[in-house]
Order: sequence, then structure tokens, then C-alpha cells
Amino acid sequence: MAFRALLTRRTLAAASGLGANGGVATSFRGLQTFSLPDLPYDYGALQPAISGEIMQLHHQKHHQAYVTNYNKALEQLHDAMSKGDAPAVVKLQSAIKFNGGGHVNHSIFWKNLAPIQAGGGEPPKGSLGWAIDNDFGSVDALVQKMNAEGAALQGSGWVWLGVDKELKKLVVETTSNQDPLVTKGPSLVPLIGIDVWEHAYYLQYKNVRPDYLKNIWKVINWKYASEVYEKECP
Amino acid sequence: MGSFSLHSSCLAKPTLRWSNDCFQNLNSLKLSALQRRPNFHSRKASKVLAFYGLKSPPYKLDALEPYMSKRLLETHWGEHQRGYVEGLNKELEKNDILYGYTLDELVKVTYNNGSPLPEFNNAAQVWNHDFFWESMQPGGGGMPELGLLQQIEKDFGSFTNFKEKFIEAALSLFGSGWVWLVLKRREKRLEVVKTSNAVNPIVWDDIPLISLDVWEHAYYQDYKNDRGKYVNAFMNHLVSWHVVTARIIRAEAFVNLGEPKIPVA
Repeated sequence: MAFRALLTRRTLAAASGLGANGGVATSFRGLQTFSLPDLPYDYGALQPAISGEIMQLHHQKHHQAYVTNYNKALEQLHDAMSKGDAPAVVKLQSAIKFNGGGHVNHSIFWKNLAPIQAGGGEPPKGSLGWAIDNDFGSVDALVQKMNAEGAALQGSGWVWLGVDKELKKLVVETTSNQDPLVTKGPSLVPLIGIDVWEHAYYLQYKNVRPDYLKNIWKVINWKYASEVYEKECP
Repeated sequence: MGSFSLHSSCLAKPTLRWSNDCFQNLNSLKLSALQRRPNFHSRKASKVLAFYGLKSPPYKLDALEPYMSKRLLETHWGEHQRGYVEGLNKELEKNDILYGYTLDELVKVTYNNGSPLPEFNNAAQVWNHDFFWESMQPGGGGMPELGLLQQIEKDFGSFTNFKEKFIEAALSLFGSGWVWLVLKRREKRLEVVKTSNAVNPIVWDDIPLISLDVWEHAYYQDYKNDRGKYVNAFMNHLVSWHVVTARIIRAEAFVNLGEPKIPVA
């Protein structure tokens, strides 16, 4: 689901120069390459919660680096697999997990954010709202919990609101580095992820991560989270 | 490395020549201690507090310009490290089970052989940052000399090789952490080691010689996402080979690196 949204015709055509063939870009080996998804809003649209400078660096440098290195790692993996080089295949796993995870996580993150004019910060309605009230008491309580866990996370990582699609329950989880939410449970689907790597807030909030967490809720796109939730728990 | 003292002895010697900042910390602690302890003057059950101080770097905060700006040092040392120090002192207020340790010992004890106690993060980060400031100097970089250079050439092949390995380690470290040049006690050789978050080699009983902070906060204000430029600036302009030499000389008192090459007259 997420990948199709990532490979837009425009970005692919720009990245691979193959023209708008409306599909997946392929290298001559028939490998699928990934590319940086466009943001559905301007870099400055999330101010003052997140500065335009951060958004631009975060998207154009950090996320792009994950995409580039992910593609590189996948190509090396393909080589190693076709040569039957088992140790090389295993050795590449950490680079794939890190860069691939970075790409996956950030692609979700951009959709988790929306400018206030586009509904950012508006509390969830419908089934997600009820589920939150059921599982956490209130949206405020959920926000407090996520902020506490995000602030306490040591080093780099993410704090997630996810739904366990088997148990139909909402969960709050943290993952370190670029581990996707699924590493905490195979049936977990991310609804909202908040990047607590320092690059996500440093230029604006310096070391005061709790302030960043408090402010980011003003631009969180609950509509997207509700859509994902309704799909998993109809 | 870090400074350790008992609260009561701190107050008994107010004329100790400590760094300005430590002294200010003492004053603020004195005030808050008085506010918190109504029986302070009563000597009957004088409770001892543990107290770790914020040690100043061995140079002014603008001394590392242009490779590490004053603004970055003010945030990194003045806010991040200060936060770790204050956090540590606050955690230690809870009970006295961890009192009486030097910072080195506290780091090893709270690491708890791989299942770190909650105080480990703050303690280790204080230690790591003290070590990091001391690993740098204005006008640093260049090359090591004499015995240290020989040891590097012995264990890495050449200085260039070591430099490449160190830079490569810094660039391939995923997430937050530190890169170290370490003297391994058991193997009796130098190695480049990467650690995550707050871990440092003294918990494995090895002897660190250089540390490089690759948490994003260590370079973001100056270099944004360009970790490579930061690491190169560190290796070429900041790392203090004098300090590293002093450290390895001290380490040789504990690790036998072979016969010294004493020239025969």
C-alpha cells in the first residue's frame, strides 16, 4: 500500500529519466528502485511547529540519503544473491534495515503531518476517536503518553501510535534508530509516527525534545491516521 | 575524568579553585539543599549527598572555531552535558545505594554487565563528554609522533589506514553513538570501536584514547546533516595527539605493549 503511493510518476520520471511510463522505474537488471516522495505541502507550511529549514533538510537531505543508500544496498544485495554469496547477503541486512526503514518511516511521517489549514491538529473523529477514548481515556491522555515515551527514548528513534490488526487494539510503541513499527510486532500497523531523531527538531528546539513533542501535535494529520485505522479495523 | 565530591566537604572548602561553573553549581546546590533540608544545621542525621559537577572543557568555548563553533559548544556543553549532570544528580537523590563512586566507577557499576541501570545513560554521557572535550584542542589534527605513531602503524599498517578506518566507522554508525580509538587490554592492541548511545569502552575494561561524538547534536548546528565534513574537521583540525599520547603513556602502565625501543649507545 505505502510503496505504490511512494512511486509517483513525476518523481520516478525525474529520478530515472525514463519518461512518464507510469510504473516502477527499472534498472537494466529489472530491479525496482525507490525514490523520494514529494511532500503534499510546502516546506514552510508547518510553521511555527516545525520550521521550513528543518523540513527542507529533513526531506531533501536526510530522507534522500536513506533512499539513495537503500537503492545502493538493494543493488548490492541483488549482486550478492545472484553470486550466491551468503555472508555478503547477511552483512547487507543491517544497511537494508536501516536505510529501508528510514525510507518507510519517513514516507509515513510526511503523511502524518499537515498544515493547519489542511486539517493539521484537528482531533480524530469517527471510529479512531472512539478507539482512542476506549484504549487511552482521551486524545489528551494519548498525547501525554506518547510525549512521555518520546522524551524518554534514549538516542535516536521513533514513537508510534499503531493498531494491532489481529487484536484490533491501539498501541503506543517506540522503536530505535530506523526500525519500522513492525519490528515490535508483526501485526502492528503504524497510524502516527513521530521522528525523535535529533535532526527532526534540533535546529529549532535544540535539546528540548519535550517542546518539539508538545508542538508537533498542532500539525498532526489525524485524517490520514483515521483512514488507515478504518482500513485495518472496518 | 569527571569530578566527584561529598556535599558536606564541598561546603567546608568554599575557597577551592574549581572551574567557575562548578562553583556556581555548588552555590545553587547549597541554596536548594538548605531549602530542602530543615535539619541541615542540626548535625544529628547529616545526610550525605552525591554530587557530580559539570567540568569545563580545557579551552574557551570559542577556541575551536571555525571547526566547532562557540554556539555549538554553548549548546552541546552548556545545555546537553549540563542536562546529563543535573539529571544524574537528581536520579542519585532517590536513595544512597550508588553513593561513594568516582565517575569512572559509577559508569562501570551502572552498566551492570549489559543490563544498564537507569542512571547509566546520564553517568556515561557525562563521562563521555568530559573525555570528548579533552580529546580535542585548538590547532589540533596533524599526526601523532614517536611511540604512539609506531603503535598505530603496528596495529593498523599505516596512519592513513587508521584514519580511513576511523572515518569509515564514524560514517557507518547508524543512529546515535560514539567512535573510539581504544587500547584493548586483553588483545594488547589498538582498535577502532563504535558504540551506541551512551556506551563506552571502559565498561569492557578497555582503555579509550580518542572519542568522537557522532550524536547528531554534536554537529548539526555547524554541519547540518553532513557528518562526513564534521568527522574530517575533527581528524584534520581538532583531535589532540598530545592528549592521546599522554593517555597511551598512562595506559602502558597497565597494559604491556612490549619492550620499549631503548636505543643502545
